[in-house]
Amino acid sequence: MRIVPLIISAALTTGLVAVLNTPLSVGKTKTPRLGYFLSPQQGFWQNAEPENKSFDANIVVDGLQDKVEVLMDERLVPHIYANNDNDAYYTQGFLHAKFRLWQMEFQTYVAAGRLSEIVGPDRIATDRFFRRLGMLEGAEATMKKMANNPVLQAAVTSYANGVNAYIKSLQPSQIPFEYKLLDYKPEAWTPIKTYLFLMFMSYDLTGRGTTTDLQMTNSKNYFGYEDFNKLYTNVQDSLDPIIPKGTVYEKASVAAVAPPTLDSLYFAKTGSVAPNAPEAPNKNNGSNNWAIAGTKTKSGKPILASDPHLGLNLPSLWYEVQITTPTHSTYGASFPGSPAVIIGFNDSIAWGVTNAGRDVLDYYDIKFKDTTMGEYWFDGAWQKSVIKEERIKIKGQPDSIDRVAITALGPVMYDKSYNANGSDGKYLAVRWTAQDGSSGLQTFYELNRAKNFDDYMSAINHWTCPGQNFAFASVSGDIAIKQQGAFVARWNRQGDFIMPGEDSSYLWQGMIPASENPMIKNPERGFVSSANQKSTDSTYPYYLGAANAFPLYRGIIINKKLNAMFGVTPQDVQALQTNNDNIFAEMARPAIFKFLNESRLNAVEKKYVDYLRNWNLRNDIDEKGASVFKAIWDSLEVAVWADEFKNAKLPLQWPDESTLLEQMLKDSVVLFEDNITTPNVKETMVDAVTMAIRKATPQLAQMEKEGRLAWGAYKDTRVNHLLKIPSLSRLHLPIGGGVHIINATTGNHGPSWRMVVHLVDGIEAYGVYPGGQNGNPGSKYYDTFIDNWAAGKYYRLLFLSKEAAQQNSQMKWRLTFTNS
Amino acid sequence: MKFIVAIFLHAFLAFAVGLYSQFPWWLFVGTSGIVAFFIMDTPAKSFFAGFLGVGALWAGLAFGKDLANAHLLSSKVAQILPLGGSYVALIAVTAVVGGLLGGFSALTGAFMRSKSTK
Repeated sequence: MRIVPLIISAALTTGLVAVLNTPLSVGKTKTPRLGYFLSPQQGFWQNAEPENKSFDANIVVDGLQDKVEVLMDERLVPHIYANNDNDAYYTQGFLHAKFRLWQMEFQTYVAAGRLSEIVGPDRIATDRFFRRLGMLEGAEATMKKMANNPVLQAAVTSYANGVNAYIKSLQPSQIPFEYKLLDYKPEAWTPIKTYLFLMFMSYDLTGRGTTTDLQMTNSKNYFGYEDFNKLYTNVQDSLDPIIPKGTVYEKASVAAVAPPTLDSLYFAKTGSVAPNAPEAPNKNNGSNNWAIAGTKTKSGKPILASDPHLGLNLPSLWYEVQITTPTHSTYGASFPGSPAVIIGFNDSIAWGVTNAGRDVLDYYDIKFKDTTMGEYWFDGAWQKSVIKEERIKIKGQPDSIDRVAITALGPVMYDKSYNANGSDGKYLAVRWTAQDGSSGLQTFYELNRAKNFDDYMSAINHWTCPGQNFAFASVSGDIAIKQQGAFVARWNRQGDFIMPGEDSSYLWQGMIPASENPMIKNPERGFVSSANQKSTDSTYPYYLGAANAFPLYRGIIINKKLNAMFGVTPQDVQALQTNNDNIFAEMARPAIFKFLNESRLNAVEKKYVDYLRNWNLRNDIDEKGASVFKAIWDSLEVAVWADEFKNAKLPLQWPDESTLLEQMLKDSVVLFEDNITTPNVKETMVDAVTMAIRKATPQLAQMEKEGRLAWGAYKDTRVNHLLKIPSLSRLHLPIGGGVHIINATTGNHGPSWRMVVHLVDGIEAYGVYPGGQNGNPGSKYYDTFIDNWAAGKYYRLLFLSKEAAQQNSQMKWRLTFTNS
Repeated sequence: MKFIVAIFLHAFLAFAVGLYSQFPWWLFVGTSGIVAFFIMDTPAKSFFAGFLGVGALWAGLAFGKDLANAHLLSSKVAQILPLGGSYVALIAVTAVVGGLLGGFSALTGAFMRSKSTK
């Protein structure tokens, strides 16, 4: 034996294995374990799905009551035929896991404040935020409620069993790509994860209050309530509410009484500063839906449309599925992570949802006795708080312990240890309806099975959070829409700002009974619609919340178009859903020209004004005028607001576009039109418009030089992978639309599922989402629908009986599930 | 001949143990050491046999997966790693990583066996 070479060689081999089996630091990120990742038998190569892969399978599992047959169509949409409901949900869980396991788990890690476990210390602030918000408590409260609901509990449990059956069947080499990239393994699925996912959706749709309440408090404290009330006005002149104006409402049965200390403690201008939340749901989270009565359609049968606008991600939030059992047959978009169909139809009815936008989250300023947060002052006495220790696991580091004080006014979000820098030493407790848990899944469970209007109403009355506008249409000819949720009965402006937390007069005084929530059935105008605008005019007897939570313009154009449509076909509805008319620009362009003095512009500036003048007011991909309008309008907001806002040195939200526009349209002085940085000159809107065009021009000229002035290129829509890895994302998509446009596609946000259902016998339905059924980036089904989605094309959805499906040539694969 | 047999055995045994994905991915380090231990050859030849055996195995498996997949995933991974999106480069890197480990394992095996006579 040659000892020295042996030792050297052995050491080299061992060293090489060690290096290749360890994540290496590159800049701020870590590589996967390279040897493992590249190993063709274990690493990512295993996820390279053959193009001609057959999905046929005979799957033997534990826990099914009966045999289940799944026919998979050419788009990889499963059509589940089961002999009982629990078997169907078991199979749905199995299939969700088979095609979307990583995403399902990742989303619940985020919701539970466990992201640091996967990605390391960079995201601790996010984890602390979600834990302090009470996500886990909300999911646990939901779990408790489920204990009284054995039918639904069985559905969720069967679903979890299905997910786990898949995880159990999974060879280590077959785990999804992202686990290999980030180097961790799937854990068992539990019902609480389903509830955590639903909590995350509640956060996504109602969590903006965590940020806006702080920003509005800052604005109120900075400008004073009087100016605040003009800048963030609750008056929207051009509002076309969900429930038509003039509808008569009954008197409120729950009267909210404003506290006597309102002016001194709540509206008063104080110098105090509120922090900025580390996370905030997208401002544009919203949606469109409408239902057209048979009186306006060509066939005489209703047509329903729904397109939820959410962050656009790969793998997609949605997964199409058909579930058919002896009790019901339903098709639509489901959430990987939850049983049942969320937006869809069955053989009798169709439903779609949009966000209600109502304020269900408030902050309270808590006075603690000392920094241990053990006792807080409330109603004239020291009350005991509960200190909860949150143990946050961190990849590659020791655990971190976060101490959270729980008060009767909610868990304390901000304290000395969390975001203390901006929070001015304040202790802010957060109260949110989602913390109470919800039996919302019951709503979808019942909608999946609903036969008529009464079933629909009884299904949605379970719904608490996030508040939604449920549009409805039935084969029997009814249409309806109801705004449903657990909404706080508020006094005017209650909860728009941080509220004093020292006495009960600022607490929620009651919830609005479901029967008093805005609803309309079979209206004379022959359609119902919603687009996140305020649900009612000001005669509704409850406070809806600050107006900046309610975008105006999509609602206006949808109603305008629907009013003018007759003999409507599903194709007309598709065209409407993908319509790029810019109603906001239609109103704003004349306002800009009203204040335009062209003699003050140079030739280049005039050229872009001409682009604006000659624009057809559509945000189609080739329109340069759309980009010019956007740049000039943004620049105008800067000209009007920036001088007043820049001294605030606080996170403030600028006023809505509608605030500026509606003032420009009136013949009065526009608030803040004077530039306060030039004390000797009194500027007017004419100066502001000139300045705006002057400032926007160089940017526009640069864009034009680079060939990026056409709207599609200017907007540059992308669908990001959840980890924001460019090569796993789809970038530079050719699609028009934008904010305030029915086709609400912005940079990375927009219609996440477009559905059109014609309620003829047997149902004629169309749908598309920007993704693909298979979450594996190594599958050709990963992003199959994106190009058609961008082009505004739809797929005819196959909604078939088992017998018809077996004969259908578009069904490509057959999976059977049998009990072992 | 011995060299050819060794290459074949390196590849075959690495493939066989690789089928058990519940075990560590580097288990072939052991099999390649054993192959070199029993098939006596010079250290250099042993190294190359291990390098070529495992390298060719990894290259071949990766190539096969990639071909059936029409380079879909490899083009994406070759941007993450970063290799300019080239699937050829990614297959080459894969082969070299497998080959180096196979080679050094074989070298170690060879040194364990080799007599002072050499």
